[in-house]
Amino acid sequence: MQAARRYFKSFASGFVVAVPVTVTFLDYVGYVARVEGASMQPFLNPEDRSFNDVVLLNRWSVRNFKVNRGDVVSLASPRDPEQRIIKRVIGLEGDTVKTRTYKNRYVRVPSGHCWVEGDNFGHSLDSNFFGPVSVGLVHARASHILWPPQRWQRIEPSLPTDRGPLDQETIDHLEEQGAVTIPKT
Amino acid sequence: MFSGGLRAAVWKAAAVVGYAVQYGCIAHCTLEYAADFIVCSGPSMEPTIHTQDVLITEKFSVMMKTVNVGDVVIARSPTNPNIFICKRVAGLEGDKVCLNPGSFIKKYRWVPRGHVWLVGDNMGNSSDSRVYGPVPYALLRSKVVFKVWPPGDSGSLRGPPQEMLQVLRTMKDTGR
Repeated sequence: MQAARRYFKSFASGFVVAVPVTVTFLDYVGYVARVEGASMQPFLNPEDRSFNDVVLLNRWSVRNFKVNRGDVVSLASPRDPEQRIIKRVIGLEGDTVKTRTYKNRYVRVPSGHCWVEGDNFGHSLDSNFFGPVSVGLVHARASHILWPPQRWQRIEPSLPTDRGPLDQETIDHLEEQGAVTIPKT
Repeated sequence: MFSGGLRAAVWKAAAVVGYAVQYGCIAHCTLEYAADFIVCSGPSMEPTIHTQDVLITEKFSVMMKTVNVGDVVIARSPTNPNIFICKRVAGLEGDKVCLNPGSFIKKYRWVPRGHVWLVGDNMGNSSDSRVYGPVPYALLRSKVVFKVWPPGDSGSLRGPPQEMLQVLRTMKDTGR
C-alpha cells in the first residue's frame, strides 16, 4: 500500500515536470507533423500514396516572425483558426506580385502580410483565394522532410520559376497604368 | 577531497539549472495557456482602459472559441505581428457591422468566415478593423477579464461606451 502510494507520488511529480517541459519544447523549438493534401505537390506528397510526407516544423526560426521568400511555412488558415495549412511564401510586405486567380491581377502586399501559395496551382487554397495573409498567422517553418527516408532533406528556400515578386521596372510600368492594388486584408 | 567538493558543486549547479528550466517551463505554460498580465499603452481603448493600466487576461475563451461580441480581447496586430492590440469585439464571423457608426449615411459589411471585427472604445482615435479590415480569429491571444492597476479603477471592465453600443445594437437589429 505504502509502496503503491510512493509509486503514485513519484509518477505524479514526474508528470508535473515532464508535461510543461515537453509543451515548452514543442512551443519554442519545433515538432513533427504529417502533411495532408495535394496543395504542395510535387514538392510534398509527390505522388498519391497511402502514406503522407512527414516534415519537421521549426518554430524557433519564426519566433520573431521573420520569414523569407521561398520558405515553406505552416500557418493558421485565415478562414478557419483550427486548420493549419502548409504553403510557400511568394512575396513579403511591400512586394508586388502577379496573382493567378485573385480578384486583382497585380497586388502590393500590405505591411505585416505575406503572399503564400501552394506549389500545386489549382489544387491549393492560398493567397489567390483569400488574399495576402498576416504574418502573425505563421506558426512554423518546415525545415526538413523526415519521411519517407529516401527523400530525407533539408528544405532550402526556393521560389518556383515564374513565381515571386516583380522587378522594379515592371512595377513602375504597372503603376503608370494604375494596375497595382493594395488589398485591405 | 577537492575533487569531491568540485563534484558536489557541479551537482548543485546542475540541480539549480534543472529547477530553473522546470519552473521556466511551468511559467511558460501558465502564461501561454491559462492567463497572463498585460500592460496597456495607447489611447484607443479610453475611457475603459488607459495607458499604463495592468490587465489580467485569460486564454480559455479564445481556445474554446467562446469569445462574444462586447468582449475586450488582446490580439496580434494584423499589420505588425510583433505588437499586440487591445480592442473590443464588435462582430463575429457572419455578423453585419457598421463601418462608420457616426455618419449619416451608414455603410455595412459582413465579417468573413474565420474573422472577427475589432473596434477600439475610443472610436475617434483608434486604428482598428475600420482601418485594416476584419482580423483573423487565429490572431486573437486572450480575453481581458480584470483590471488590477490602477487600484482605484480596478475590477472587471466597464461595458462598451454609448457610441460603441450603437455599433453593437445596429448589428443585433440586422440579425445574424
